[in-house]
Amino acid sequence: MSTSTTTSQNEAASTDEATQEATAPRLLATGAEILIRSLEAEGVEVVFGHPGGAIIGIYDEMHRIQPSFQHVLVRHEQGGTHAAEGYAKATGKVGTVLVTSGPGATNCVTGIADAYMDSIPLVVFTGQVPTHLIGNDAFQECDTIGVTRSITKHSFLVRDVRDLAETVRKAYHLASTGRPGPVVVDLPKDVLAARAPFRYPEKVTIRGYSVVGRGNADQVRKAAQMMAEAERPLFYVGGGTIISGGAEKLTELARRAQIPVTTTLHGLGAFPETDPLSVGMLGMHGTWYANQAVQNADLLIAVGARFDDRVTGKIEAWAPHARIIHIDIDPACISKNVPVDCPILGDVSMVLDQLDPLVEPAEHTEWLDRIDAWKQECPMDFARDGKLRPQEIIRALRDKTNGEAVVVTDVGQNQMWGAQFYSYVHPRSHITSGGLGTMGFSLPAAMGAAFGLRGTGRDVISINGDGGVMMNMQELGVAAAHGLPLKVVILNNNYLGMVRQWQELFHEERYSHTNLEPTNPDFVRLAEAFGCVGIYCDDPRDIDGTLDAAWKVRDRPVVMEFRVVTEEKVFPMVPAGAATDNMITAQYSPENCA
Amino acid sequence: METLTVSADMPSTFTKENPERPDFTPQQLFRKQAAGEALTPDAEDSVHRHVLTVVIDNTIGALNRVANLFSQRGFNLESVTVGEAKEASQRRLTLVTTGNDRIIGQVLKQLHSLIDTIEVDDVTHEDHVERELCLVKVRCSATERAALLAVVEVFRANVVNITPDSLTFEVTGPTAKVNAFIGVMRDYDVREVARSGRVAMRRRLAFEH
Repeated sequence: MSTSTTTSQNEAASTDEATQEATAPRLLATGAEILIRSLEAEGVEVVFGHPGGAIIGIYDEMHRIQPSFQHVLVRHEQGGTHAAEGYAKATGKVGTVLVTSGPGATNCVTGIADAYMDSIPLVVFTGQVPTHLIGNDAFQECDTIGVTRSITKHSFLVRDVRDLAETVRKAYHLASTGRPGPVVVDLPKDVLAARAPFRYPEKVTIRGYSVVGRGNADQVRKAAQMMAEAERPLFYVGGGTIISGGAEKLTELARRAQIPVTTTLHGLGAFPETDPLSVGMLGMHGTWYANQAVQNADLLIAVGARFDDRVTGKIEAWAPHARIIHIDIDPACISKNVPVDCPILGDVSMVLDQLDPLVEPAEHTEWLDRIDAWKQECPMDFARDGKLRPQEIIRALRDKTNGEAVVVTDVGQNQMWGAQFYSYVHPRSHITSGGLGTMGFSLPAAMGAAFGLRGTGRDVISINGDGGVMMNMQELGVAAAHGLPLKVVILNNNYLGMVRQWQELFHEERYSHTNLEPTNPDFVRLAEAFGCVGIYCDDPRDIDGTLDAAWKVRDRPVVMEFRVVTEEKVFPMVPAGAATDNMITAQYSPENCA
Repeated sequence: METLTVSADMPSTFTKENPERPDFTPQQLFRKQAAGEALTPDAEDSVHRHVLTVVIDNTIGALNRVANLFSQRGFNLESVTVGEAKEASQRRLTLVTTGNDRIIGQVLKQLHSLIDTIEVDDVTHEDHVERELCLVKVRCSATERAALLAVVEVFRANVVNITPDSLTFEVTGPTAKVNAFIGVMRDYDVREVARSGRVAMRRRLAFEH
């Protein structure tokens, strides 16, 4: 949201403040009311929150005012932050969280760190003890600003109620512009009780913060020149492309110049994977042919990507022949991990607009033929031997939804299968915890996405393992209470599957503390206990029937437990720290793969 | 993803044929040079010392954010001085940090990306003045006093305090001068040393662009 589009909703504020204060003190609002009015003025639709002592005043005002936004009472603050992340990722709007001081704030830390790593716009309002008690080890006190300092884009402690409205405006501005990220606003209890006139500022100026826009024209020309000269160019597309709204422009450009496209985990959906130019995801569990393309390319055009270690593997050996163009909005991201030949600092969408008239149609036939040969040599596949394999379930989900659903994966094997086998065709249709790798992300994030997509008719699928799903299972009750038709898939292999895979491959099958069978619940009965529908499936022939039954339910979440093959592993794989050339390819067709 | 690490001792593409002397592609050479990294296994990265001046808004936690950045990102911080800047609402810092070109570039960019940061300037290779203040307390009886005062006169150090058994000197100048002064004082019974860290400023009216 840009500053210029935000308008102040309070008419009383247009009168002179001084007179107002002197003549009509009743018009002064409490900090709690100012906060609620500010959120309304900001256009907030959903607040994920959990009350407590320090913010009881806000909840009291909410009860009185009946604000225009919906408040969703989550069952754990971590679930609330993940829900806000899912909401933000699915809609492109800022997610809002409201929690109390101390444990309320610390429970949010994982979600805030997750949003920071994945550049998700969040504003987290945390309660705080009264200002005169700060530093006194008061009940439920925590130095929230200190604890969250290194995992926020910025944070504010509001010490004066007269600064509150402007601080809220600043928080939303910072969270949503530039490289988005989480902003924490710490609200002492006495500030929420104090009174001040309410006026929501239309514009805020923050000295030392400017939003990057268009790229340097000379650099853009240089990039176009490099693209024209390249024989083996490759787009390397990250989540920044989707955040900036540049996915369609990128797709158009790639097709016109006939440049193949690989995406990162967060870039999935920025370019349709059904397009012949797509080589799918790159990196540790990317496709073999995407990594081959990277290793043989003579030009990489990195668009809103950050050269993460899960993408590059051993960085010295990555893309050894490629000149690199890097388009990114965050100056600190450019040349952070890999020095690049042509940096372009700017908003991806605007830079693609600048590039567009400079890029001529091209063929690259030889290069595309080579890539096609790689695709034939080692395709993404899995064994069809009558056993229930997770990849087949993901494929069935794609077929069931024509690739149109929003898929929210957890972390681990389920995340990689979800990324590899769904074939994403739309931006914002794939949501996951990529940077921080937070198990327990999927269920609450899918719930948040479902709140954001209510009324659009789009399916929201939450893909989980049996490990991660238990970490925020409490939010299932929230989804049920609101009648969200979530499709919750549990790929149950009775193990912490990804750790088990590493133990099998790199630790001589010492399965140290990864067996979850003794502690796993009966997921079907658990789902029913939460007021959801539970379905069990352990045979590949029943997959379609299970999905059909699940998709008939429209008024509550459905939990589908698939008892999958325990030994199934995610392939191909670049072992951690290894060079990208040394991929372990699929176990099913070793004769096909070098 | 899990954050386990595995020692994968597989040879990479460019060390396979000749593990002793890596055979870099032109692109890999370019990247290493741009980062200031060692080109041969036995060489060392070219590490430089940089002096940065930073102006921040004096808001709650602003100084903390700057200090935190260095530990969070694993940057070296040799010294930091803080004081009021031209405007009372701002603070000016002089930071001394070390690293190769890639790391110094990161330090500058990350400092820039802090919301409280108003100006960041790397004065290392610019025409600038640098000063450091140092207080040194030396045990010294009345009979030794005259001899010691003659020595410190060379450094134009000031005597800021005298007690019956001690002298406290103040010396101001570039870091090298302060180092030299402390070095000479080591011959005496030095009891305390307090250095301010460097403050730096460009000579010309360039900082405020």
